[in-house]
Amino acid sequence: MSQRPLTRRAFLTRSAALGCSAAASPLLTPMTFAAAPGDNRLIVIILRGGMDGIGVVRPYGDPAYRALRGHHPMVSDTGPVDLDGFFAIHPALRPLMPLWHAEQLGFVHAVSTPYRDKRSHFDGQDLLEAGTPDLAQGLARDGWLNRMMTTMPGLTTRSAFAIGRDNMAVLSGSAPVSNWSPDSDLQLSPQAMLLAEMVMAEDPLFSAALKEAYGLAGSDGDPVRSLASESEILAEMQQNMLAATRGGTETKIAEFAAQQLRGATRIASFSLNGWDTHAQQYKGLNKALGRLAQVILELKSGLGPVWDKTAIVAMTEFGRTVRLNGSNGTDHGTAGAMIMAGGAIRGGRVVTDWPGLEESALYKRRDLMPTRDVRAHAGWLMRELFGTSVSDLESIIFPGLEMGSNPHLVL
Amino acid sequence: MSFDPDLAEIRFGCGLSPVLAPAKSTKAILAALSGPDDMAARFPIESFETFQGRMLERARQSAIRRKDRGSPASRAATKAIRRLNQTARIDAAGWFGQTLMRRTWTEDGFRERLAHFWGDHFTARGKTGVLRRATSPYIEDAIRPHLTGRFEELLIAAVKHPLFLHYLDQQNSVGPNSAVATRRKKNTGLNENLAREVLELHTLGVDGPYTQQDVRQLAELFTGLTFQIRAGFKFNKHFAEPGAETVLGKEYGGDPARLRDVHAALRDLARHPATARHLCWKLAVHFVSDTPTEALVVAMTRRYDDSRGDLMQVYETLLNHPDAWVPAGNIKQPIDFVSSACRALAVAPELIAGFDERALQLNIIQPMGLMGQIWERPEGPDGWPEEDRQWVTPQGIAARLQWAVAVPQVLRPDLPDPRDFVRTALGTRSSAATAFAAKAAESRADGIGLILASPAFQRQ
Repeated sequence: MSQRPLTRRAFLTRSAALGCSAAASPLLTPMTFAAAPGDNRLIVIILRGGMDGIGVVRPYGDPAYRALRGHHPMVSDTGPVDLDGFFAIHPALRPLMPLWHAEQLGFVHAVSTPYRDKRSHFDGQDLLEAGTPDLAQGLARDGWLNRMMTTMPGLTTRSAFAIGRDNMAVLSGSAPVSNWSPDSDLQLSPQAMLLAEMVMAEDPLFSAALKEAYGLAGSDGDPVRSLASESEILAEMQQNMLAATRGGTETKIAEFAAQQLRGATRIASFSLNGWDTHAQQYKGLNKALGRLAQVILELKSGLGPVWDKTAIVAMTEFGRTVRLNGSNGTDHGTAGAMIMAGGAIRGGRVVTDWPGLEESALYKRRDLMPTRDVRAHAGWLMRELFGTSVSDLESIIFPGLEMGSNPHLVL
Repeated sequence: MSFDPDLAEIRFGCGLSPVLAPAKSTKAILAALSGPDDMAARFPIESFETFQGRMLERARQSAIRRKDRGSPASRAATKAIRRLNQTARIDAAGWFGQTLMRRTWTEDGFRERLAHFWGDHFTARGKTGVLRRATSPYIEDAIRPHLTGRFEELLIAAVKHPLFLHYLDQQNSVGPNSAVATRRKKNTGLNENLAREVLELHTLGVDGPYTQQDVRQLAELFTGLTFQIRAGFKFNKHFAEPGAETVLGKEYGGDPARLRDVHAALRDLARHPATARHLCWKLAVHFVSDTPTEALVVAMTRRYDDSRGDLMQVYETLLNHPDAWVPAGNIKQPIDFVSSACRALAVAPELIAGFDERALQLNIIQPMGLMGQIWERPEGPDGWPEEDRQWVTPQGIAARLQWAVAVPQVLRPDLPDPRDFVRTALGTRSSAATAFAAKAAESRADGIGLILASPAFQRQ
């Protein structure tokens, strides 16, 4: 770059040239980063609000089930779908049945984090993401997925992505993590794009971040370069904010996750909200599960060949009461279900040591009894996907956990 | 390096304003801070005491709802609770607007920055119901009145505050041999969370000279610190573990359990040399640099020790130390960024007062979330990160740039000429590149946006 003071005219002439080279610059595409260790991918979806495991993976073969939750015939095209003669899935997950038959969809049932009795979303999610045994000791400052990464060699900033607007505590910590909200656009006039690069060039930290931002924002569907007026750009920004509060941005998140995972990214995490079904839960669950099904299908189609190396796991902070409450909803409970999908998993089964639903078998006579720590399943998943050692899992990643026997969740 | 009015306003205050002149000396900054809290009076935020009324009503309705689920009365209570939550949410957005206006119109910017710093040091947020909106009222009552006294007064005020006790799970911590535990047997126990965080975060620091045994003993000493919705803080001796506790080698308390023993332990912790070092380092990191010089931290620590934690004296040392004036300071947190932008734009109080919750959300609060700061919802009790790298991420920069280009036109319908604004916003810290961008931009909105997004404006 010339050191001569710029004139507006000189700048504009140079802008045109810069514009071309910027578009072709390999720095601006995410594919230039070296691959992280191994070839497997893990996507952790946090289902915030407490998913009703019994309503999603229904133990209709349990003699106590019908009295608790009613009879839902499986005959029509719209009812629940039988899985194995004992469990049936919620109708909203019907679009995932081809995956079940291909053994690329599976469930783990009657599991929970070590969180007990207080049943607060806030504490429950904290514990789920921290991966520690309890809250009385205070909380870990980092998440278990990040701690797992600290045991992996050869990480780059693109090895892991936290996607969306929520804090993903599960991924925060000392290992490098990128974050991006594909539901928010960056739109600038071509002139402003170039001027921003020039202004940021004064500070290497800003300059590098801006280059990456241009690359990411340009790759998530809408180009950064925009000929819209400032009031149109404002309207679009507000529209994005509105859309994000109303939900419905998960398709973009899934698309973006798939795109990154096709490249150098090995780990991605994001959350899906809307599981706190205290009232009329047939409506709420329908909606939340519909979104989850859509996300999984979107990931499958976006991942293409990488799907076969991918494990998706969806976890929640706690299950819900086995009985319906007075407003046809369920309240905060204890054990619930975990959902897995992907070409890398051994699906087509419900992994469980089913405790039963008769009152004496329940936790505190109200909740599904936890039969295993959900962290053990997550631990074995990481063991098999990334070769994480059992001793690291039991000490660093999930302190105090006994991994127990291998449920063989991965092919 | 030494005092420079523009830098002082940017680094220790709320940024440059076209209307309000920067303070002329460090003495003037400290004098303003010692004076009355004008902004609290001009842009009031609800006190926690008033906020308790909301909690009381919420508890009353919850009791009705529980009584006969499904009944008309219960259904009405459900609706009433929803309304209470909604009103609190809307009001909390308004308190955010007040926070913004305090920063925009203050001539005592150091106070606003300190309120944020100490509010973050003593991070607390509600986990359920209306309490989720209580952070600003908590800061108003427990933090803001204690910015200039001894640290121990601030520590005691925070630790005894209902929101703090709730956030760090203290209100149900029961001594294993207390009157309540022996009576109830089930579902009671000691919770170490508050004790651990007080040692690790609020006083000695994570590398401080304490052991697990100290945590346990302090947790036992803390049993009895609790609150009631109506009365607020309460020391409940029935929760208290009998006998004396030894923390850092010193014995506190005995029978009967007394609040003054808790106070004594907190005062000793506040005066501990490790606490002095930890707090002074943290202040220097927050206001000056991720890596402050040892000389600065040592000078502040010495003053803290000599004055038994008199915060005014510590601030004075900070402001008068040459190492506090090095160029290229920290990256502004999103709250500092958007509020200093409002200040540079001289955003009218009537305009913000006219914003409803939705307008505040769409234009400011949610964009701040995209910048990485979901307002009043930091991830953990350690508060917001200080490291520049945590904020200068591709997402963070994209969000700041987009906000800077798009939103000022709403905040200031008659956008100033970027060629003037570059001087307003950056003062002596303007650069050739930024001045050029201001001139070369195709629209006022772009010009203003580029100035606000420039590293010179983003750094404190």
